[in-house]
Amino acid sequence: MTQPFRIAGAGRLTPAKTARFTFDGKHFSGLAGDTLASALLANGVHLTGRSFKYHRPRGILSAGAEEPNALVGIERDAARKTPNVRATVQELYDGLAAVSQNRWPSLNFDVGAVNDFASPLFSAGFYYKTFMWPKAAWKSFYEPKIRAAAGLGVAPDQPDPDHYASRFAHCEVLVLGGGAAGLAAALAAAESGVRVILADEQAEFGGALRYEVGAKVDGMDGWAWAQGAVAKLAAMDNVRLLPRTTAFGYYAQNFVGLTERVTDHLARPDRHAPRERLWQVRARRVVLATGAIERHMVFADNDRPGVMLASAARAYLNHYGVTVGRQVGVYTANDSAYYAAIDLKKAGVSIAGIVDLRDNPGGPAVDEARALGIEVNHGRAVTKVGGKLRVSSMTIEPKNGGGGRTVAIDALLTSSGWTPSIHLFSQSRGKVAFDEATKRFLPGTYAQECVSVGACNGTDGLEATVAEAFVAGEKAAKESGAKRFKAQKIKVDAGETWAGSMLGSGPGAGAGTTVKAFIDFQNDVTAKDIRQAVHEGMRSIEHVKRFTTNGMATDQGKTSNMHGLAIAAETLGKPIPEVGLTTFRAPYTPVTFGSIVGHAKGKLFDPTRRTAIHPWAEKHGAVFEDVGQWKRAWYFPRAGEDMHAAVNRECVTVRQAAGLFDASTLGKIEVVGPDAAKFMELLYTNPWEKLDAGRCRYGIMLREDGFIYDDGVVGRLAPDRFHVTTTTGGAARVMNMMEDYLQTEFPHLNVWLTSISEQWAVIAVQGPKSRDIIAPLVEGIDMSDEAMPHMSVREGKICGVPTRLFRMSFTGDRGFEVNVPADYGEAVWEALWAEGRKHGACAYGTEAMHVLRAEKGYIIVGQDTDGTVTPADASVDWAIGKKKKDFVGIRGLTRPDLLAPGRKQLVGLKTRDPKIVLEEGAQIVADPKQKVPMTMIGHVTSSYWSENCGHSIALALVVDGKSRHGETLYVPMPDRTIEVEVTGMVFYDPKGERLNG
Amino acid sequence: MAKAAAKVSSGGAARKSALAGREFHTGAVRLAVLPPAERISLRAPAGSVAALSKALGLDLPTKPKASASNGGRTALWLGPDEWLVIDQTGDPLANCSEVKDLHSAVGVSHRNVAFSVSGAGAEATLNAGCPQDLSLEAFPVGACSRTILGKVEIVLLRTGEDAFRVECWRSFSDYVHDFLVEAAADTGG
Repeated sequence: MTQPFRIAGAGRLTPAKTARFTFDGKHFSGLAGDTLASALLANGVHLTGRSFKYHRPRGILSAGAEEPNALVGIERDAARKTPNVRATVQELYDGLAAVSQNRWPSLNFDVGAVNDFASPLFSAGFYYKTFMWPKAAWKSFYEPKIRAAAGLGVAPDQPDPDHYASRFAHCEVLVLGGGAAGLAAALAAAESGVRVILADEQAEFGGALRYEVGAKVDGMDGWAWAQGAVAKLAAMDNVRLLPRTTAFGYYAQNFVGLTERVTDHLARPDRHAPRERLWQVRARRVVLATGAIERHMVFADNDRPGVMLASAARAYLNHYGVTVGRQVGVYTANDSAYYAAIDLKKAGVSIAGIVDLRDNPGGPAVDEARALGIEVNHGRAVTKVGGKLRVSSMTIEPKNGGGGRTVAIDALLTSSGWTPSIHLFSQSRGKVAFDEATKRFLPGTYAQECVSVGACNGTDGLEATVAEAFVAGEKAAKESGAKRFKAQKIKVDAGETWAGSMLGSGPGAGAGTTVKAFIDFQNDVTAKDIRQAVHEGMRSIEHVKRFTTNGMATDQGKTSNMHGLAIAAETLGKPIPEVGLTTFRAPYTPVTFGSIVGHAKGKLFDPTRRTAIHPWAEKHGAVFEDVGQWKRAWYFPRAGEDMHAAVNRECVTVRQAAGLFDASTLGKIEVVGPDAAKFMELLYTNPWEKLDAGRCRYGIMLREDGFIYDDGVVGRLAPDRFHVTTTTGGAARVMNMMEDYLQTEFPHLNVWLTSISEQWAVIAVQGPKSRDIIAPLVEGIDMSDEAMPHMSVREGKICGVPTRLFRMSFTGDRGFEVNVPADYGEAVWEALWAEGRKHGACAYGTEAMHVLRAEKGYIIVGQDTDGTVTPADASVDWAIGKKKKDFVGIRGLTRPDLLAPGRKQLVGLKTRDPKIVLEEGAQIVADPKQKVPMTMIGHVTSSYWSENCGHSIALALVVDGKSRHGETLYVPMPDRTIEVEVTGMVFYDPKGERLNG
Repeated sequence: MAKAAAKVSSGGAARKSALAGREFHTGAVRLAVLPPAERISLRAPAGSVAALSKALGLDLPTKPKASASNGGRTALWLGPDEWLVIDQTGDPLANCSEVKDLHSAVGVSHRNVAFSVSGAGAEATLNAGCPQDLSLEAFPVGACSRTILGKVEIVLLRTGEDAFRVECWRSFSDYVHDFLVEAAADTGG
């Protein structure tokens, strides 16, 4: 296949290395090393997409990351479809398939282009103005229509099969941008031995040397020097080179986020390789060598395919060997565009003329162009262009008006000057300053340990750039600890210097007329829109931006912001700095969600925590529920049982015989030290000083405001050692709160806290047979009621391994909790299970545990309490040491509103119809005949069917609940109103006789 | 094994570590789950360090990120008054119990699971999820730190130029294992 616009002998690609690709299904061929853009241009394709709002045909504007127009979809397979890929960044690989976007039915004929003719309807701010009436139409009509029409490209509809990696890195000197400046800085810093990371968004380092062919450095061609520098850096152990890597965010303390595109350029990526790698780099010094971005000229229909940036045409010619046209016009206010004309002319391309808005352009570039016989029209403007799907002519007029003439062209290169890329500097919180002489915003006051060099610092010319960068690299190394310096100075023998620039619209932007002179191509913002925004009252550039959407597309206004600002300033009659610059925000270029997510998906999305006994439960058919990050056995259904039947059986079996329950997830903290009891006195409401070693107590912990924070049984192992348990969900935060108080409020106490949650597996054995099951396996512990009463703890051995054996109950029946070192958990469970089977015991899960405790009115913090419940509200104020002078929350408990009547208090509820099980969370009212909305006096916190009681049971928080015992209340539901009786909280064995049963 | 243990009251229940014996290689990294070890969490004020050091047979380190070893025993500095003592053979809890000076020693042998990560890609593997500077200059052999790996807390100890020990809590060991496997795959063989 031919590539008619590839010029033999031009560029750096190898003609023999071809790569095939398709664009909208049509087959093309390009060369290895091409971007999709350069390959399309080699085939004479400029038209690559339709614009966002007006669906105007658009072509390739640039040759880099700033591209606003040439956005395409890349489709590797059914699941790998990436929208909005910049064709100027996407490297060509054999078999690449690209599709154009935002067009229907085809790129050449797009129905949506009717928007272009209806454009008066879509002027600036139209979203805010047009869809205001009728109000009801917004939801049913406008919003769905706008949503359907808005956006660019099509999001993939299948899960992303690729994976993404992440890496933290540290270095002394991080150089962002690998052009001449970045390479010089990196060389200077690297030779000193410090760690250097050099990143550049392009596939190859070299920056503008890619197209600045006249440059000579250290006696070499500029590009060759750059590649030599890269080879030198690559050979150094202390240097990490990151090509295809974009620094997208500059955060606090020199923390920089970068994404490396690892496989997007490969025809057949290794499926083990990540598609992208996120680098999070902490650097002592950052060198910003981010260059500058060329601006287009603003005139009528300046968005026609074939109208592009001059530097881009130069890159396509000098690097890729592609001419962007056969008859090329140039429209500029800057010297750099002359070099594009010169290079094209030398390559044999016809130049239709250079149009320069400046009255007296001069200097080496102008002289050379003239010497080559290129027609230079100074003091003139291109006021409009012809052609629709491709530019076909330009109209040249004197800039102050007068007769024009039209010249046939097939490409028009424009340049209004260069905008320093201060994005990352600005993100670093540095303050920019406006340089009046050159009309540029430049780095002003630095906020972090970084330095800008080269074009992004407003330094013009290769020689000055390299000199500045070299010094900065050396200084950065020195400031970050380097001792030796041996880098050879870099000598620039030849390089270009570009003067001249303009901001805002030229004569062809047609003030007040209907022409479309685009500022922001991607968001379809014209010069007229900016003027209109000012006329409608926008004064701040931030308002203008939001009203017009200028600079708000994915390119973040890289080519448009300065033009927009200049036009706004001109319309307002204010100097540019007074109108201000919009804030630069991360990311510099779009970052994929995959890159941000990195490894944190699938099983690495969040840790799944399993207990030591989990494998047994799994083997025995447990159904698991998620409790925070834990998987907990919910119930153990037998063949033919549903959840209801299984839970009923488990509940009955526990009370008739016994049950085994995996309580390993409970939080456990060992509190050790001579002041352990004192500390416990301060953290819990209960008294602890007089608790004997070997005894346990149910403890309640409050927050300062007097509300219940956590609870659990605490065993005193020794005078100076407590084994504290917390709720499963409270494990981490209770430990943190204890540690916080210990370090900040009670640092005088000699006591230390150690989390032992995972040291011990916990097997609750509950029920009348519990002692019979455990006793045969235990050594060295007398388990008789006399020797080991309810609420005691003993240390000894079970199955030959150490145990902390608690006698305690969360069911109301005789019960024990067997703590064994976690690795023994499963074996000890097996042993207890074997013993239990002899006594008719079952394994039970969290659901039965909940029912059994509710039958006894035992609260669950976080279910029956919600952070606004006091011990008195929950009827556990018996656990407050009445003689205690101090504990966390004691003062909160005396607050008037906590003592006043009308508080919600925890009560039991029985439904009149014993078969009805209330819904947890259901609201409670006193009078069901009230008008809606009714006065709600409480809600159900826990509700279950109790097979042991033979009726449903519930706990509820009800206003003045404790004084309502015996009252009838109502629970209105959508289909019926349920009558309930207020009762005490204990539904089963109210005298508590079964604890020793 | 477990069933057999269940039949006797004093025969000793079988020990079953999380992930016991798992091991694998990628090109540049070797990952292994390490055998069980004795561990204590030791807390003590400065005044008790000498006595505890004597009892433990090593000088408890008092500088951040430092560890000290003697034979199969290593003490890792985790905070101004906190050490993790790991022991392959002895009983550090028993050693500490002989010390009268103020301290807290709590057995946490079963709380943690240990991995070894070694090979040329070890540092990069850990840096996939650990934000610390793990260069030899900043984190030399013997350096240790309580830090994070992805979404979980770990204790990291550098055991060689290309070798680390990673300790995490038992129930996080699945996550740490899976994370290390995935991260190791990105260290470039």
